[in-house]
Amino acid sequence: MSMPTYKVIGTRPVRHDGADKVTGRAIYGADVQLAGMLHGYVLRSPHAHARILRIDTGKAQAFPGVMAVVTADDFPRTPDRIVDLGEGETPLSCVRGNMLARGKVLYRGHAIAAVAAVNMHVAEEAASLIEVDYEPLACALTAPDAMRADAPVIHGSLRMKELGAPTDTPGNVAEHFRHVKGDIEKGFAEADLIVEREFDTATVHQGYIEPQNATALWNNDGRVLIWCSTQGAFVVRDVTACVLDLPVSQVKVTPTEIGGGFGGKIPVYLEPVAAMLSKKTGRPVKIVMSRKDVFEATGPTPGSHMKVKIGARKDGRITAAQAYLAFEAGAYPGAMVGPAGMTVFAAYDLEHVTIDGYDVVVNKPSTAAYRAPGAPNAAFATESVVDELAQKLGIDPIEFRLKNAAKEGTRRADGPKFRKIGCVEVLEAMKNSPHYKTPLQGPNRGRGVALGFWFNVGLPSSCTISVNSDGTVNLVEGSTDIGGTRTSIAMQAAEVLGIAAEAVQPTVVDTDSVGFTAVTGGSRTTFATGWAAYEAAQDVMRQLKERAAKLWETEAAGVEAAGGVFRSGDRSMSFAELAARLGETGGPVVGRGAVNPRGVGGSFAGSIADVEVDPETGKTTILRFTCVQDAGKAIHPSYVEGQMQGGSVQGIGWALNEEYWMSEQGAMMNSSLLDYRMPTSLDLPMIETCIVEVPNPGHPFGVRGVGEANIVPPAAAVANAVCHAAGVRLFRLPMNPPAIMEALWKPGGKSSQLVPRNP
Amino acid sequence: MKWFDYAAPKTLSEALALLAAHPGARMLAGGTDLLVQMRAGRKPADLIIDIKNIAELNELRYERASGLTLGAAVACYRIYGDAAVSRAYPSLHQVASLIGGTQIQGRASIGGNLCNAAPSADSIPLLIALGATCRIAGAGGERVARVEEFCTAPGKNILAAGELLVSMHVPAPRPGSGASYLRFIPRNEMDIAVAGAGVAVELENGKFRSARIALSSVAPTPLFVREAGDWLTGKPVNGESIAGAAEIAKAAAKPITDMRGTKEYRRHLCSVLTRRALETAVRRAQEVQ
Ligand SMILES: Cc1cc2nc3c(=O)[nH]c(=O)nc-3n(C[C@H](O)[C@H](O)[C@H](O)COP(=O)(O)OP(=O)(O)OC[C@H]3O[C@@H](n4cnc5c(N)ncnc54)[C@H](O)[C@@H]3O)c2cc1C
Repeated sequence: MSMPTYKVIGTRPVRHDGADKVTGRAIYGADVQLAGMLHGYVLRSPHAHARILRIDTGKAQAFPGVMAVVTADDFPRTPDRIVDLGEGETPLSCVRGNMLARGKVLYRGHAIAAVAAVNMHVAEEAASLIEVDYEPLACALTAPDAMRADAPVIHGSLRMKELGAPTDTPGNVAEHFRHVKGDIEKGFAEADLIVEREFDTATVHQGYIEPQNATALWNNDGRVLIWCSTQGAFVVRDVTACVLDLPVSQVKVTPTEIGGGFGGKIPVYLEPVAAMLSKKTGRPVKIVMSRKDVFEATGPTPGSHMKVKIGARKDGRITAAQAYLAFEAGAYPGAMVGPAGMTVFAAYDLEHVTIDGYDVVVNKPSTAAYRAPGAPNAAFATESVVDELAQKLGIDPIEFRLKNAAKEGTRRADGPKFRKIGCVEVLEAMKNSPHYKTPLQGPNRGRGVALGFWFNVGLPSSCTISVNSDGTVNLVEGSTDIGGTRTSIAMQAAEVLGIAAEAVQPTVVDTDSVGFTAVTGGSRTTFATGWAAYEAAQDVMRQLKERAAKLWETEAAGVEAAGGVFRSGDRSMSFAELAARLGETGGPVVGRGAVNPRGVGGSFAGSIADVEVDPETGKTTILRFTCVQDAGKAIHPSYVEGQMQGGSVQGIGWALNEEYWMSEQGAMMNSSLLDYRMPTSLDLPMIETCIVEVPNPGHPFGVRGVGEANIVPPAAAVANAVCHAAGVRLFRLPMNPPAIMEALWKPGGKSSQLVPRNP
Repeated sequence: MKWFDYAAPKTLSEALALLAAHPGARMLAGGTDLLVQMRAGRKPADLIIDIKNIAELNELRYERASGLTLGAAVACYRIYGDAAVSRAYPSLHQVASLIGGTQIQGRASIGGNLCNAAPSADSIPLLIALGATCRIAGAGGERVARVEEFCTAPGKNILAAGELLVSMHVPAPRPGSGASYLRFIPRNEMDIAVAGAGVAVELENGKFRSARIALSSVAPTPLFVREAGDWLTGKPVNGESIAGAAEIAKAAAKPITDMRGTKEYRRHLCSVLTRRALETAVRRAQEVQ
């Protein structure tokens, strides 16, 4: 299929928000300053699981400088109902319960009460004067522990949903689902080789640099105004309205610049609390989390326990695949095990599949989305087993995957049938990459590859474009810009309008000023908000053609536009010339686009990792790393590459060192960026990228989302590389130095076969 | 964080007088430990005495004969920025450029690292290996202590109420001597030692004339393993001797299991790091000869 030629799409203009970001002028949530503003502080539970017997805020209220204290009792107690949280639905009671605990605390860091005071030091000191009597309860910290018959029950009212139907089974399993395709027993009977392994992954955090924050003003007219760092201003608006029992129109949310989110800034934690403090004090209140709060009280991604069993024939064709996925939801149901079930075998064209998923509540912070949530865990399991099969069958790991790769028409076990996808193209690009073609030499070194899939989402977006008299346009949209989306959206409008990307001024606005727009998440923004911009630009072009027709006294249908020039017969006018004459042809031109697109195109990504393992310390050095990903169409290749590199780096961190290190009592012992070890620039090589473009037939420009698939395969690729370097396969993430040494020391570990490092 | 008073005396006697009047005061050198602790609500103080304006605490002087005087508040960047000091003590240059990152090194002092008395402090094993001593001043006068006696428990040191650390003294390097500090961290920077080994050796005629070995992060205080160095004395300079000393260091370690590593793993690291540090120290000693 030949690619259409574009003027703007595929180029690399400077991002519209670049200057403000590099000069430090961009306004983030913590920068918000309002006249008379107070500072809020949230008191949090020291226990992982306890009954709250009594909360006495008296001394805190009386502390000089304190203006208000709130607890769960200050909030409306409207009947429970299901609310949309941006990337999923949940009972309002869970949202409320997570915001301020009532009756029980379910994890250490669970919010209990909040104080507003003249400064944050006073607020903090006053919070320490709040008296809370707890009755500590036993806690369950991992899915296997929480699933045991004698496990402490976290929610007395929880009943398991079994294969889609409610049951009377109490316990900590919120849901068990199963996807079945073909006949799993028959499939395994056809196999020459079966590999079955168990895997565990630790809880990890998104690790965005900017902590959550919220500033709220409950205005005298009854309106609640909020400034905050969020991936979805409309989610904050809707959740806040629900929790405060206000009409949605009474809440206005202004999203500030955002210092990273990766899914973790979709849930709402602080905004309604700040609003309630503002209501009580009549003054704006700002709350900013500390890093410890971020780790202990915002959603990490689930830890998981998994079993994967795959059978293959000698020729490398997979005959059957089975997965058991038990994911930790944290304190409230909703582990991202559903997406794990959708992606666990998605890269392969399989006949016989069974997938069982369990959503398990545990005494840890309520989990949130993290970049392709659930998929990296699942891929770690699947891609490790696939690697072992290829190794044992003596087949090149990329060839093995090519023999089984999903294609257009492949039906996934969870139902959907793939439209045009780039799985094979990604594998071919991996095989032909300079990286894979360069042999890896030297002792204690190994290369691993892995493949990953993320389905991406659509969801609603809105956009308007106003034409200025000099031929520039203003584009108004509602998607928080995390990875350069102002520009990737503006570029799609520019392409339609036939003007330069620089002639489009994109602005992300508050919830009063643009139509509903869903979260920046699910790799949807360039796809869906880009599509809204495309529609808005088409609308502008329709109107401009009418204006040109008016000037030329002809039919609009006879006016053509290409490359920023309008023509009819031998008459022509540039976009700017026409823009200058809007006043005389009927007034301003405003184009609108509002979409809820269905043609979502999933993305495949592959990682190639070369590592060296120090056989004496167990430390893994990433020598070289390549990310290959199908972007559909890369609107701005630099930002696509940036996503690929970012996802790879996060995946490497997850693979090697990141984890919540929990005490037996459920306290996170490493709640700082010193001890929660994300990779730094010194721990990484430059991540090489290779963009594959298999256009998505469901988008006007062929866009697939690119924000997530890239984090799916890295952990597995690193695990496979470690296995080939050190001679031992690890089944738990992270594969930190002590874990690697322990594997080497185990009977059957290969420490004696390793070549000692040259001193 | 609670309110506190701040004073920045210009002379040692002023500082000592303030300290005598406020026994609960805390010293501020680079503040890279102190400020972090205060913000976390640990060890609050009513008075913070900034000691960076006191001449004696800012002294950095190397003399071939008498060795190095290192003022307690001298920031790391001054150490690795001083060519003479770096030449005479490559291992000190190494440690000063290891602590934190560039920004931290602009403030962090070796004196602060020592007084903070963390089991993981990176400079302490090296100071012990180098045979450094501490000049301590108090209202009652001055005293000298060896670095290996300085730390008494995690976060605790031998300074009595009213005392402060003025400077450290490192003996002049002798011919045929070399030293090194090596730590293990899972990342490549901005991390706390899972274990570390500071070593100093003096070689003569292919034999160890003397050796001193100390470990970090494997005991409540930085651990001086005198017996490992003593054992090396008189042994030939070869892999076998080095491995033997490394095993003694490993046996002396008393680590705990925590988020930074397990007991077994840390003990194992002691032998690897001691061996590797000794190899570097020997190479340095041989280069000097
Ligand atoms: C990001 C970061 C990275 C770090 N990395 C490392 C690392 O790699 N290795 C490492 O070992 N440490 C590291 N640290 C810890 C810290 O930087 C070092 O311990 C540093 O050497 C402390 O020196 P300072 O001058 O900042 O001490 P300060 O914080 O000023 O003081 C430390 C303590 O000693 C007391 N004190 C200071 N001077 C005196 C004196 N003259 N007399 C009596 N008491 C005194 C203070 O009251 C305080 O209790 C790091 C810290 C940070 C924030």
